[in-house]
Amino acid sequence: MAKITNQKAWLLVLPVFALVAFSAVIPLMTVVNYSVQDTFGNNSFFWNGVGWYHELLDPSTELGGRFFASLWRNLAFSAIVLAIEIPLGIVVALAMPREGWGVAFSLVVLALPLLIPWNVVGTIWQIFGRSDIGLMGWTLNRLGFDYNYVANPIDAWLTIIVMDVWHWSSLVALLCYAGLKSIPEAYYQAASIDGASRWAVFAAIQLPKMRHVLVIAALLRFMDSFMIYTEPFVVTGGGPGNSTTFLSIELVKLALGQFDLGKAAAMSIVYMLIIIIVCWVFFTVMTNAGQDRQSGTSGPAGSEP
Amino acid sequence: MARIDLIDLAHAYGGPDADPSTFALKPTSMTWRQGGAYALLGPSGCGKTTLLNIISGIVRPSRGKVLFDGRDVMALTTQQRNIAQVFQFPVIYDTMTVGENLAFPLKNRGLPRAQIEARVAEIARLLDLGPVLARKANRLSADAKQKISLGRGLVRADVAAVLFDEPLTVIDPGMKWELRSKLKVLHRALDLTMIYVTHDQTEALTFADTVVVMHEGSVVQTGTPEELFVRPAHTFVGYFIGSPGMNVLPAKVQGRQARVAGHALKLVRSYGELPAGARIEIGIRPEFVRIAAPAPDLLTAEVERIDDLGRTRFARVRVGDLRLAAQVPNGQAVTEGAAGLMFDPAQIHVYADSRRVEGAA
Repeated sequence: MAKITNQKAWLLVLPVFALVAFSAVIPLMTVVNYSVQDTFGNNSFFWNGVGWYHELLDPSTELGGRFFASLWRNLAFSAIVLAIEIPLGIVVALAMPREGWGVAFSLVVLALPLLIPWNVVGTIWQIFGRSDIGLMGWTLNRLGFDYNYVANPIDAWLTIIVMDVWHWSSLVALLCYAGLKSIPEAYYQAASIDGASRWAVFAAIQLPKMRHVLVIAALLRFMDSFMIYTEPFVVTGGGPGNSTTFLSIELVKLALGQFDLGKAAAMSIVYMLIIIIVCWVFFTVMTNAGQDRQSGTSGPAGSEP
Repeated sequence: MARIDLIDLAHAYGGPDADPSTFALKPTSMTWRQGGAYALLGPSGCGKTTLLNIISGIVRPSRGKVLFDGRDVMALTTQQRNIAQVFQFPVIYDTMTVGENLAFPLKNRGLPRAQIEARVAEIARLLDLGPVLARKANRLSADAKQKISLGRGLVRADVAAVLFDEPLTVIDPGMKWELRSKLKVLHRALDLTMIYVTHDQTEALTFADTVVVMHEGSVVQTGTPEELFVRPAHTFVGYFIGSPGMNVLPAKVQGRQARVAGHALKLVRSYGELPAGARIEIGIRPEFVRIAAPAPDLLTAEVERIDDLGRTRFARVRVGDLRLAAQVPNGQAVTEGAAGLMFDPAQIHVYADSRRVEGAA
């Protein structure tokens, strides 16, 4: 029988193409367009080639200096947040009940922070941390800690990190819990027959079985924390000084504060490429980590210390 | 290595006060001798896995005791009972190599490394896992993984018994046979008590010296494969063992005569006193029913179709509303339509309320 060819089928995918073009491709091309031009207002543009990129990637220039400073801040923030939230999420997931009414209860409690709009989260912590009326800020000061996130960069960082941990550890915990629930009962029975300790059960069964959800959790948390804008903007506005000015805040300052469209566009493109590359490398490394190397692996059986 | 005694063991998932008819395992007493190869055979939901999990300590019975060599083990954990269990789906530790998987139970018990290595090498040789010892266990085929699960049980030198919970479910048919023979070899080589749970009669009959048939939470017969075939103690055993199963026909039995569908059959034994009010049936395996041309002294039947199973053929026949199977010997031509049935009198069993009645000579 001859294969049926019907070119009308293309009409079915056309809406998707159109939507994606308008929502993603065309705006992205506009940004690419801006990033190679300079403007002095009046809607008049001048060709600048890769000039902005040169400036951006050279830390000795004003633009490059700001870019790298906020980039390091952002990487440090993501690293700290991941280092806290991933282990914390695992611990919370392990501590959660497996059956009974406690399951629904803890799921609801964990989901609550995730349901709160981001700027509300920012506002909550902005007020919570205030030393005059905020519960946490006031209490800390009464206890003798000189805590003031408006004036002290370390306090500002602590506040933002604790806020992010409060906001997002639930996501990691929920993903890990899903991973734990998918482990068949037989594994635990076999482990108890094999005389495995609690730690051995975790290391030999639970952690390996959670690896896939942990990759997803780490990717999501990296991307989100690397793109963080709303919460620190509401709490600290990037201050004190520039101490909590992350890439996204810097970008908004450039584009909407100074109207340097060319510089801002160049920074957007580099920002996006960094996220894509980091995620790709991370994903590739994590998914290949468990591969069996057919030859040249460790020596005789049971020789592992 | 141990003899295992079950004493008045019963279990209800609803707790000890549940209605006795809902018991997953009805009161059972039994002895498994050291070094025996046992099969627990029955359909899904008959309580065989519950019984197995009680022996290994995963499930605490509602009542009764389990003794290992006369010692009450009810207070002991699974680990302390020193049981090895192989589950339906292979359980392997993904991140470890085959060797590390096998070494895991010994490492957990803190054995010296040289001893672990020697024991792992020995078990790997027995299971033909030597060539893959250094490979990651999660990349192997299902049968190799199941061998690893088994190996982790066998690697402990003092293991009391090895329990198998439908271990061949996910194994390819070709490999099933090989693994089964491997188990036989291991059983002989290691002199271990092995208990094998399955719903597959071929697996049970080929593996075990003693088959325990379970039905709705009770043990209905314990015996050698031959006993189960020749003298099913319960109509369920007759039906469940053998393919096709035993023909079970409602009958009136008096002395040395049974009446089925108005036709009188001779019996070799006398059944004088059958319980009054009981449901009386006779059972005969298809292998002992012959088809002949219709004759006045034969049970008149209608042949509906012939099933050709390759090595043997079975005729599906109808007597009134009753349906029977009869083996057709090689070389005999049988056509659909009217026929007469001949029963081997020595192979007719009489059942009262599904339980076999022993006749008097």
